[in-house]
Amino acid sequence: MGNLVEIRNLSVSFDGVPVLHSVDLQVAQGEALGLVGESGCGKSVTWLAALGLLPSKATITGSVTLGQTELVNAPRPALENVRGGRIAMIFQDPSSALNPVIQVGRQMTEALKLHRGLRGNAARTEALRLMDLVGIPDAKGRFNLYPHEFSGGQCQRIMIAMALAGEPDLLIADEPTTALDATIQAQILDLLARLREEMRMGLVFISHDLGAVAQVCERVSVMYAGRIVEQGPVAQLFDRPRHPYTRGLFDAIPRLDGPRTLLAPIPGTVPDPYNLPMGCAFSPRCSHAQDFCHKERPELLRQRDGRALACAYPLPEAGAHKTTMEKVTS
Amino acid sequence: MSFLLEADDLVRVYTGRGGLLGKAQPVRAVDGVSLRLGRGETLGIVGESGSGKSTLGRMLLGVDPAQGGTVRFDGRPMPARNTTEWRALRARMQMVFQDPLAALDRRLTIAAQIREPLDIHRIGTEASRATRVTELMHAVGLRPDQAKRFPHELSGGQRQRVVIARALATKADMLVCDEPVSALDVSIQAQVVNLLRMLQKQTGLSMVFISHDLKVVRNLCDRVAVMYLGRIVEEGPSEHLFANPRHPYTQALVSSVPEPGRRLDGRVILQGEPPNPAKRPPGCAFHPRCLRATDICRSGIPALQPLGTDRTAACHLVAGETRAEVA
Repeated sequence: MGNLVEIRNLSVSFDGVPVLHSVDLQVAQGEALGLVGESGCGKSVTWLAALGLLPSKATITGSVTLGQTELVNAPRPALENVRGGRIAMIFQDPSSALNPVIQVGRQMTEALKLHRGLRGNAARTEALRLMDLVGIPDAKGRFNLYPHEFSGGQCQRIMIAMALAGEPDLLIADEPTTALDATIQAQILDLLARLREEMRMGLVFISHDLGAVAQVCERVSVMYAGRIVEQGPVAQLFDRPRHPYTRGLFDAIPRLDGPRTLLAPIPGTVPDPYNLPMGCAFSPRCSHAQDFCHKERPELLRQRDGRALACAYPLPEAGAHKTTMEKVTS
Repeated sequence: MSFLLEADDLVRVYTGRGGLLGKAQPVRAVDGVSLRLGRGETLGIVGESGSGKSTLGRMLLGVDPAQGGTVRFDGRPMPARNTTEWRALRARMQMVFQDPLAALDRRLTIAAQIREPLDIHRIGTEASRATRVTELMHAVGLRPDQAKRFPHELSGGQRQRVVIARALATKADMLVCDEPVSALDVSIQAQVVNLLRMLQKQTGLSMVFISHDLKVVRNLCDRVAVMYLGRIVEEGPSEHLFANPRHPYTQALVSSVPEPGRRLDGRVILQGEPPNPAKRPPGCAFHPRCLRATDICRSGIPALQPLGTDRTAACHLVAGETRAEVA
């Protein structure tokens, strides 16, 4: 299966400060890709840059292709055909993404008019169908309500319905469930997984919640300080993370079972892009770092087991699963 | 054991409005909640948005006045809000909020903010206050050179450390934390959770920890109360409660927690929206979303019943099961 989107050598800098460093990323047709990492690691910037949504002070180099179309620094009309049409994006805070003074029904039909040229009754019927599809109860009766009359979870459903209006090939969901209650988060994840299957749509799921990523994605890229540091199939990466950063992200999650021990946080914070450390950007926070790591930056290389990894001293391929955790907690 | 905090039958009613010209409608945000907090204990309060957990937290400090019920702190009734006695007592009970940037004054240095409670409560001398600030910064893991910094120069996790240091400045006996780590990345969240645990061990602090993150609550709290529409529906030691939830709502909450490596299949996905406190359903408030609801659930409000020695639950069905076990 061909790749739907190919990102090659994508770099972004704000006012001359690089924040994204030659990222390569592919999304296949109908694939669900997860992007994880702490805030400020470039997960959202990657896709905002790809869709030309960054402010003008951002300098973007490299290439993002959708089929035959080049998106980086593309003229506005070309981008507008793609945005909302072939690639749609939803964000963390649905209530601020919806217009508070326009009825949701009208906002839905506006999207349908823009992307599919539907008007009048046809647009209304399609809007109602989409609202049904994403699970808004009594869509007909609530067509003329305003966003504040819906709950947070329902607003996110409406955002998803609007994103589906253009029948996109790829949906980019940027922390879509972070602001929601756990019970509602489960509903939205379930909805995204179902829609992807029904509409044969690709999905990029940006989240810092590894649990949520595991549930909807097939492949995961872990980003740190503007670079991909580990990438592979979900099962492989989650069963046996090999980059100490990926491992650290897992160990920091409290568990719902087992003993209540101290947690194992990753010490320190994500480096400031103005002031990136020498060598591997993670080395100051890494318990495995050696002299080499502080001097040389490891490249993202394909490993024998199929994943890509940027670490000079990765965790072993098999066994030794518990050792780091025990070391940190004791 | 004597309790640090005893709350009985707390009720908080807000006046909401139904529609633009609608009649004033009472909204029972907290509806008859009783709880106990032991010394050095951490009590978790979990529930969805709108369940009344934050309102309850503010009521425990007397910040939000109760329409009914009583709060006793350290064996004595809580003085009325804004009285001199209440203000003096506030030195012993403090609050930590979700958004540290909003809780900090962006024009004051870190050191000045941590010092502020000492100035307000007139504790110590000029010199002893400065020493206390240095001590506190060290205790929460801030570097001495950060004393002169401003909030915007710190990261999210560091800001939350400042808020915690400030809350502890007056040697508080009780801390009410309202979603203190929800805005932080998991890696940083773990740092702050560990910090709270360590501080508690060192100072014997009691904590009320309000959160919708069950995993964090389980890790940090000794006991947990689950709230639904202003009432406690289940309570118990956190390990038992999460390992074996009895109330159908708690079961759904526990099941909705995403864990790495567990797929969606086979989980109980709770249908329906978080409930609206202005439209409280009759009978058990949870029955419209409950998979097991029967006729009795639609009519009678279940009371909190003991389950064994250290747990309670408010559910007709669970009460029935327990009776059947006994018989």
